[in-house]
Amino acid sequence: MRRLGWAPYALLLPSLAFLALFFATPMVQAFALAFQDRDGAFSLASIERMVGDSNFRDAVTTTLALVVVILPLQFFLAISMALVVNARLKGQAMWLYVFALPLGISELAAGIVWVSVFTQSGYLNTILQGLGLIDSRIIWQSAETPWLILITIVIAEAWRATSIIMIILVAGLQSIPPEFLEAADVYGATTWQKIRRVVLPMLRPSLQVALILRAILAFQVFATVVALGGTGVTVLSEEAVRWANDIDNDHVAAAYAGLILVLSIGATALFLILLPTREEQYG
Amino acid sequence: MRSSTFTRRLVALGVGLAVVVAACGGDSGGTTSPGGTSSPGAGASTGPVDGGGPVTMLSSQFGPIEEQEKMRNDVLANFDGEVEFVAFAEAAQFQDRLQAELQAGSGDISVLGALHGDFVPLVEDGILTDLSDLAGELSELGISEDYLDLGKLGTDQQLYIPWVQATYIMVARNEALQYLPDGADVNDLTWEQLTEWGANITEATGERRLGFPAGEDGLLHRLFQGHLYPAYTGAVNTTFANAQAVEMWTWMHDTWQYVNPQSTTYGFMQEPLQAGEVWVAWDHVARLIEALRANPNEYTAFPVPEGPEGRAFMPVLAGLSIPTWAPNPEGARELIRYLLQPDVQAATLSAVAFFPVLTGELPGDLEPGIAAEQQAVAAQLGADNALPALLPIGLGDQGGAYNQVFKDAFQQIVIQNQDPATVLDTQATALQGVLDTAGAACWFPDPESDGTCQVVR
Repeated sequence: MRRLGWAPYALLLPSLAFLALFFATPMVQAFALAFQDRDGAFSLASIERMVGDSNFRDAVTTTLALVVVILPLQFFLAISMALVVNARLKGQAMWLYVFALPLGISELAAGIVWVSVFTQSGYLNTILQGLGLIDSRIIWQSAETPWLILITIVIAEAWRATSIIMIILVAGLQSIPPEFLEAADVYGATTWQKIRRVVLPMLRPSLQVALILRAILAFQVFATVVALGGTGVTVLSEEAVRWANDIDNDHVAAAYAGLILVLSIGATALFLILLPTREEQYG
Repeated sequence: MRSSTFTRRLVALGVGLAVVVAACGGDSGGTTSPGGTSSPGAGASTGPVDGGGPVTMLSSQFGPIEEQEKMRNDVLANFDGEVEFVAFAEAAQFQDRLQAELQAGSGDISVLGALHGDFVPLVEDGILTDLSDLAGELSELGISEDYLDLGKLGTDQQLYIPWVQATYIMVARNEALQYLPDGADVNDLTWEQLTEWGANITEATGERRLGFPAGEDGLLHRLFQGHLYPAYTGAVNTTFANAQAVEMWTWMHDTWQYVNPQSTTYGFMQEPLQAGEVWVAWDHVARLIEALRANPNEYTAFPVPEGPEGRAFMPVLAGLSIPTWAPNPEGARELIRYLLQPDVQAATLSAVAFFPVLTGELPGDLEPGIAAEQQAVAAQLGADNALPALLPIGLGDQGGAYNQVFKDAFQQIVIQNQDPATVLDTQATALQGVLDTAGAACWFPDPESDGTCQVVR
């Protein structure tokens, strides 16, 4: 084979430059900002202020709780949806479009739509009351029952962001050679056995990508929480925005942003270790 | 010592608001529709703006996107020239833009529209052009003299021209009125009676129907800064953690059981009022107007309740100035002339529910919703024990942190049921930190301070 020389590296340069300029640099700057005081000297004051802030613990617990609840739920839903799409039922394309529909809706718009469902005079209470299931309207978005707000956020997020996982998994499913499944059929495998022994192992690379992507997005969850939770619940990104916009303190905002980054990197590393793909296993 | 410049300004602000609001009442029973008024600026004596290019106006008010749209389409559209209207939803973004141009000593802003309190720290920077000649020229329009005085910001120059004004009031759905406590007058309530009213409603209907804007976009902090603190303690900062403050927070905590718990998602109270989720609400006039406008016969607007120290409320005065670096000072003057024309002031009232600063009658009748608000505002100002409390002054970029102290105290005492005295003790330290960082002197109704305002511990 002819030696490629420097050509591949030269081709990588533009994207490297792009990443360095628009991702790495601001990231380093944001990190630096978190460890500086107002005069630019090194200081842990912003970190202390973040940790000491009365909303800090709530923001961390809510964010982690959302990640822990939403991820498994979404993966269960996404795998089911991907299998339906891939089952070559009648109108396969239609299923794909229906399931992918929420992808085209902005996070905030989705939040507002769900507010109209869950607000006290919203669709859900109206329907429940119409069916005679409840006497008085339930207040879903009360700061006094934050777990109810969390349920509404989980539902909204599951609706909004499951399809991105599904798309990745559908692509993964379609790359599984049909011979493998045919072979399983020959040996008399049941559907469940085929899913467990053939499909899921073959899906591992797609699952890994989807998990990492979705976990990172879950740590950044913002607009649905703002729309549905108001000041009743808070998450890390909401605190970052609050410190940057309302309180006008970029240093504490950067500390929150840095924390989100650290958590995202941690989660990514965890998934890389827990779900090694074949090359990594044997290579 | 309260015989300060602040007090004089404040009294001026209160009196001015009373005169102006009473005057723009006019024939308020009219039935003119919003579209019925003649097109704004049609009668304005403003000439065309030649050559200077577009006039960029940076405004600290009308930041919500729908208000921006109304300013562009209903108020500024008829200006004989091109206006670039820039406003932000967050106060910090306004400050960032202003400070960036201020520090650069140049930029795009030709007209600065901001609150009285925003202008105060700018006097030291020396960036506000003297508009005395323009004020003289506009005097025939009948701009409130007291407001013109405030616009001098303690100097002998006219540093801003009064523009529009607003305040906070209460609005109730009419079905709530039957549950008023025995003998209570809706126009002369106490905060304690409001609690009783809420309790009566909850008892009768099974739902908690008082409402406050405690959501992300809500102005709940102004309830404490301009209403409850002055009404219960006679001041805001110096009295932040005293016994009366504890009493006030205890009242708030106890009243919350009659407040719709979804209040923590409410930004503008007109929406839950219209949805029927809330029957009695407090908010800024501009954030209640859509409910009154849509169904004026279904609502009653009334003054804020009183506390032991008086009927405290927060008048809001916005003005127009021209920064020294304005790229188009002539266009800026034209725009200020235009915005002060009676028909444009009427259009502004109609569009964003900020009241005129002109003492004369406005052309056309007030639409019923606006008229209802105007009567409540006038009753509030005319009350014997009226205690107008100023918006924060001199906080600069600490404004958000200042508000956060009140929001945190609310969150901890009312939502998380923590002990008021303990919370106030901690938050007093935070408040002092904010005041120290900003180097802000006390503002009315706090007594005037030598140097930075001090929380009394």
